[in-house]
Amino acid sequence: MWDMMTSVIPLALTYTAPLLIIALGGLYSERSGVVNIGLEGLMGIGAFAAAIFTVSSQGAFGGATIWLALVVAALAGMLLSFFHALASVSLKADQVISGTAINMFSAAITIYMARWLTGSANIQIRRSFIRTNIPVLSDIPIIGPLLFTRVYLTTYVVFLFILISWFLLYKTKFGLRLRACGENPHSADSMGVNVTMMRYIGVLISGFLAGLGGGIVIMTYSKEFSQLTYNGLGFLALAALIFGKWKPIGILGSSLFFGIAMTISNISVIVPSLRDVPNIFLNTFPYVATLIALVLFSNSSVGPKAAGEPYDVGKR
Amino acid sequence: MAKLKSPIAKNSRQDKLIPFLSVILGFAVGALIMLVSGFNSFAAYTRLLEGAGLFGNVRRLGGTLLNMTPLILTGLSVAFGMRTGLFNIGASGQMLMGGFGAVAVGILFELPKVIHLPLAVVTALILGALWGMVPGILKSKFNVHEVVVTIMMNWIAVWTVYYFVPLYIRGAFDTESATIRSTASLRTEWLSDLFNGSPVNLGLFIAIAAAIAVWWILEKTTFGYELKAVGLNKDAAKYAGIHVDRNIIFSMMISGALAGLAGATFYLGFTNNIKIGELPMLGFDGIAVALLGMNTPLGVVLSAFLFGFMNAGKGFMQAATGVPNELVQVIMAVIIFFSAATMLIRRWMNHLSKRKEKTQKNLEKGGAQ
Amino acid sequence: MEYVIEMLNIRKEFPGIVANDNVTLQVKKGEIHALLGENGAGKSTLMSVLFGMYQPEAGVIKVDGEEVKMTNPNVANALGIGMVHQHFKLVDVFTVTENIILGMEPTKGIYLDTKQAAKRIKALSDQYGLSVDPDALIKDISVGMQQRVEILKMLYRNADILIFDEPTAVLTPQEIDELMNIMQRLKAEGKSIVLITHKLKEIKAVADRCTVLRKGKYIDTVDVGKTPEEEMARLMVGREVNFKVYKDESKAQDVVLKISNLNVLDNRKLSAVKNLNLEVKAGEIFSIAGIDGNGQKELVEAITGLRPVTSGKIEINGHDITQLSVRKKTESGIGHIPEDRHKHGLVLDYTLGENMILQSYYQSPFSNKGLLNKEAMNAYTERLIQEFDVRSGQGAITSVRSMSGGNQQKSIIAREVDRSPSLLIASQPTRGLDVGAIEYIHKRLIEERDKGKAVLLVSFELDEILNVSDRVGVIYEGSIIDVDRTSNTDENKLGLLMAGSVKGEVRHG
Repeated sequence: MWDMMTSVIPLALTYTAPLLIIALGGLYSERSGVVNIGLEGLMGIGAFAAAIFTVSSQGAFGGATIWLALVVAALAGMLLSFFHALASVSLKADQVISGTAINMFSAAITIYMARWLTGSANIQIRRSFIRTNIPVLSDIPIIGPLLFTRVYLTTYVVFLFILISWFLLYKTKFGLRLRACGENPHSADSMGVNVTMMRYIGVLISGFLAGLGGGIVIMTYSKEFSQLTYNGLGFLALAALIFGKWKPIGILGSSLFFGIAMTISNISVIVPSLRDVPNIFLNTFPYVATLIALVLFSNSSVGPKAAGEPYDVGKR
Repeated sequence: MAKLKSPIAKNSRQDKLIPFLSVILGFAVGALIMLVSGFNSFAAYTRLLEGAGLFGNVRRLGGTLLNMTPLILTGLSVAFGMRTGLFNIGASGQMLMGGFGAVAVGILFELPKVIHLPLAVVTALILGALWGMVPGILKSKFNVHEVVVTIMMNWIAVWTVYYFVPLYIRGAFDTESATIRSTASLRTEWLSDLFNGSPVNLGLFIAIAAAIAVWWILEKTTFGYELKAVGLNKDAAKYAGIHVDRNIIFSMMISGALAGLAGATFYLGFTNNIKIGELPMLGFDGIAVALLGMNTPLGVVLSAFLFGFMNAGKGFMQAATGVPNELVQVIMAVIIFFSAATMLIRRWMNHLSKRKEKTQKNLEKGGAQ
Repeated sequence: MEYVIEMLNIRKEFPGIVANDNVTLQVKKGEIHALLGENGAGKSTLMSVLFGMYQPEAGVIKVDGEEVKMTNPNVANALGIGMVHQHFKLVDVFTVTENIILGMEPTKGIYLDTKQAAKRIKALSDQYGLSVDPDALIKDISVGMQQRVEILKMLYRNADILIFDEPTAVLTPQEIDELMNIMQRLKAEGKSIVLITHKLKEIKAVADRCTVLRKGKYIDTVDVGKTPEEEMARLMVGREVNFKVYKDESKAQDVVLKISNLNVLDNRKLSAVKNLNLEVKAGEIFSIAGIDGNGQKELVEAITGLRPVTSGKIEINGHDITQLSVRKKTESGIGHIPEDRHKHGLVLDYTLGENMILQSYYQSPFSNKGLLNKEAMNAYTERLIQEFDVRSGQGAITSVRSMSGGNQQKSIIAREVDRSPSLLIASQPTRGLDVGAIEYIHKRLIEERDKGKAVLLVSFELDEILNVSDRVGVIYEGSIIDVDRTSNTDENKLGLLMAGSVKGEVRHG
């Protein structure tokens, strides 16, 4: 049992990190009142940007390359999310459809550019983050081997973002305004809060974080960008967001749950006790679990009230 | 606020222009992208049209019709959902399950064609409907948003096929099924001969028939009246004694059935077997088809033709000009974006017509002086 | 004379309509100035212009004698003008303090300093006698209290000119009295107030002067003390108005609707209707008076089948219909004019014809073996348009969305009345309509009564109830606590009953 936990938990943390940061991105967007179903596409473009940056910089930045790649990934996500903000906020488009367009656009343009720039639809990177043991902390009994051994540093960056976000949302005036825009934009507007600007900020942050999530996927466990990068992680993040009730600490819990579920289905081949379980059960587990959870929480799930509605000054 | 609505109502004729403008803008953005990446966009578009057989090559035209067939059906699937107020983003999964069922029947049974083929097609229809029923039930009974559920159902479909194909209908490799028996195939000799050997097949007629059926249901029946009422105003539908829950489930089932039929035409008419681990993107393209077609059956057929020829011609374009064929998907995404952001186009059109009015007024003034 | 606000010769056009045509409003310092007009007279537009939400085509705005350009609401706020909106602009899940400080939050470093703000809000609340708890969540406090939060928002921002937009629409008579006291107190502290309303009684009670608008035009500004109510009414409507509705004594007959020990839950699964008993007879108009949120909505939805009944019995003409579906209930003889015509009553994107058959589309002649007969639908619609004087641009194929509120309501009434139900339920049938449409609807309700139908009227307007109905029941916290003949009661009695401050009694007869 202990052996299994020491192999599952560090891996689960690895899978949780990008999921968590993408879900956190979704949180900013939805809290500002814009549904963001385009997380998958934003994640994908971040992954692409990180991969292409790493390959094309050819080691010019040395050890900083991998960190810079993450920054590039986040900026790429932010750039693409601008169009979602433009459509959803300024043009009052249907936010779900706009998000769908973002997903389709991302999946196509990245492969297009990969072929154009590298001649191939797959980009493999040579430099990436490597698993390390955190000095001192990894020597602590029990939590040392579980949380601080064979981990990627990016995982802690993600946790740091969660903490910052909690503070930002609940303890600062920015957070108060952002949440007001998602709950009742008319109220915010009448109080002199610029709803349009807050929603742009919400969506852009979501693009930044989702792009970063894509970058983390490539720069940690995946190491290859291809069509398969679009494997539904962004949609799972959306489920984690709903599951976590649109709260930073909530999505931490739900992302960990999904992270563990994914880990179990991925390592089932090498774990003797799981080898005999038909793979259909393990593979579909995260999705079926999401559906069951959605049904169970259906009555109590309370998202931001105004999420999904374009803000129309004339309407009351 | 009723007074503010009037200018929009006045523009309903303009609304019909929006799809055309979206398409033009989509191609314009595509050209821009090619320009930036150093390709000759004129040559690429010419090759795209040529590859689709629009310059008279009958065999390639058959390819366009072939590509158009499942798009009509997935487009109808999405459009039907939209008319009832549901966004079915799971047409891909429903199509995959339908196709899986059809292929399984096509391999496992040995029957005369008159029974075998209809059986396979109906199996696809039923599996698609069942796959659509789940989000319908979760939406109506538990108020879970259908977008999230259909996305989950897509992945569940992928893994279901991943599990069952190697187990029961394995082909030469673990990654794909055996080939269906010819008695379950939608291909016919006369049609292939007509198009000079193109794999265009009977699925096209299924698709056209489905479009007519959808039009008939929506426009001519009380069932369609109920469905549209639910889509436009759920509360008013409830007030009128319409069973909203039941209609949502029915609507998702019909939507799923249409996607399932798309699976039948694709796997029984084109690939003849099924691969594992792949979600057919045609389901997502159906969203573009439906939006561009303004969720009407005729519009869906027309936009399916547009996307059909783009899909048919893209391989030829890539081979002849080196432009990566994903360009076509990029253009589709841009078209969806503009169809969603109708306000942008409307503003442009208003701006243009105002300018026109102004110049006209100026002309009249000039005339009076 | 010193004016704090002057809006001179304002003109504002929308496509196809002049919403403000040469309108002038001059408010003196320290006065309560009423702005009177019917729905659609241009009051809201004028205020939107003042707040810079619309730019006028012509006219000048002066604040404290200086000409200003209002480009957005922040400009008005900076000049000390604040609006208490009719539909409160509050975030439910925030506290009172968070709602008030939103937009000008005090901070310590980057940390939000709610403590200090709460202190200031408490002080302001005490100064004006508002007794608001700064730490309460908005969703937990009463409507009257929410309105005070709206007032505090303005005071917190040091507004000297307060605009109240139809402030009494959601209040009980007692809450209205309290609000009037608050307004007097604000005036005493040197604030100037603009009161937007169409209720003459309120103007009489607090206002000093009154500006009247009609159909977008400026009519007059009068001294309230010297002008009788009838005169102001004439200015507002443009003709003599008789508020009394003429009707004969009712000839009530058999019981049509009988409700016994009914219990219904609201959306939050809390008890909304409790052991409610009620009888409505053929040939009478029975109204239910009460403050919004005392179970009226749930009661009507339970009768019509839109909401499940937990326990109890509903009978129509002696038949138990408690557990029937919406459709079966409709077919058993219920006509329903719903409270929210846009939400329940109409499919706005359907044509007028398609809306006219909303309750009967599945019956002959509109349906034949599942096929819709559009000719029959259109012919039927044309007949109703004639009979009920529904004004629509293109007859049966008009999009209902493009019709005026009054005509939308008329089309619902046509649909429901023409089916000749034995019980007609009308929930707030005149809300948001102009005087002409209100008169028409009252007339129709009385006609139905005279045809021997039972009419159940739910209204928050005591004037309407007293004018139209034969008997009135008061609903309080989900129960009918008092039933009396309308002629035996008055506004004051009903108001106290509605607030639950006196015990009622159910009288028969």
